[in-house]
Amino acid sequence: MNIPRPLAALLVALCIAGVVPAHAQDKDVFILTIKDHKFHPEELQVPAGKKIKLMVKNLDPTAEEFESHDLKREKIIAGNSEATLSIGPLKAGAYKFVGEYNEKTAKGRIVAK
Amino acid sequence: MLATAVIVFREVLEAALIIGIVLAATRGVAGRAMWVANGIAGGGAGAVVVAIFAGAIASAASGMGQEIFNALVLLIAVSMLGWHSIWMKRHGREMSISMKAVGQAVRGGAKPMYVLAVVVGLAVLREGAEVVLFLHGVAASGANGAGAIAAGGAVGLALGTAVGGLLYFGLLRIPSKYLFSVTGWLILLLAAGMAAQAAAFLVQADLLPALGDTLWDSSSLVSDGSLVGKSLHALVGYTARPSGIQLVFYAATIVAIVALMRLANRPHGAQRGTAASTS
Repeated sequence: MNIPRPLAALLVALCIAGVVPAHAQDKDVFILTIKDHKFHPEELQVPAGKKIKLMVKNLDPTAEEFESHDLKREKIIAGNSEATLSIGPLKAGAYKFVGEYNEKTAKGRIVAK
Repeated sequence: MLATAVIVFREVLEAALIIGIVLAATRGVAGRAMWVANGIAGGGAGAVVVAIFAGAIASAASGMGQEIFNALVLLIAVSMLGWHSIWMKRHGREMSISMKAVGQAVRGGAKPMYVLAVVVGLAVLREGAEVVLFLHGVAASGANGAGAIAAGGAVGLALGTAVGGLLYFGLLRIPSKYLFSVTGWLILLLAAGMAAQAAAFLVQADLLPALGDTLWDSSSLVSDGSLVGKSLHALVGYTARPSGIQLVFYAATIVAIVALMRLANRPHGAQRGTAASTS
């Protein structure tokens, strides 16, 4: 079995690039709240180009899964508890997210500026 | 009921596809149904336990317990798949010659069926825990009767199983001469995809740098949320917006497993020398 050439080239390129960013600067914490299967606020403004922490507080008694394909994040937040995720650095733009278990009502977006 | 079915289907899909591949990869192995069934049952029981302790797991490791748990589960599955690939490389030749050899290898306790049973169990564990939490939430909200929830869950489960079955029977149409090399590649890509998924969890927990948050965006072609996107995600680790570290994990897993397979296949000593010269 041979390693596909493009794949090998890619790996080498990544190793050479050695793009290790400055790690763990001071991070801002942004808070989203879930109540009655809805996010508050539904639009959250965050700074672009910066790593941030997102804290999701679930005030409902049932679990919710915070999911965002745009942000590549998924995390279950048990009922009456909170969870933190590391996000970014984001390019400027809008990033949609949903509560997967209640997709009809639990939706919102993060806007990076 | 429909919403319940859709979500259960989505969660079941990934595990069903993995089981489809495992069943195809173990074609002709005596007692494989038992192993796979045990994997499913073990994973299902584990899923309930994980769901019950979801809060405790999440708050472990300063709030990053869930990511670490998921990454760990995935990486264990990756090593099991890698082990299977290496084992198959050593014994694959006899198998493609005669399906009987597989049965003999299993009776001799050689074929590591337990390894694949663990892979199945871990897949059911991860997806199952989400299903349990979701169904529990639906039940607790009281908006749906128990009958509707059960029906939705059953429909979702049946649809997911059907897709896994389609993959399995599709694979079986491959002539048995080539079947194991196809499933071998599928298992390799499955392992690489799981490793990339584990990397994403570790980035989310801020334990790994992303090495570029989004290398490319192919979501307009195949979105992560679509059925095709979900299936490709489960099978080969597709993600529309991969980060650099995901690509590194993906490639490193393939390189590592292939290298180990070659190492395992290298003839050593006189007794293997004759076998190699006849090939």
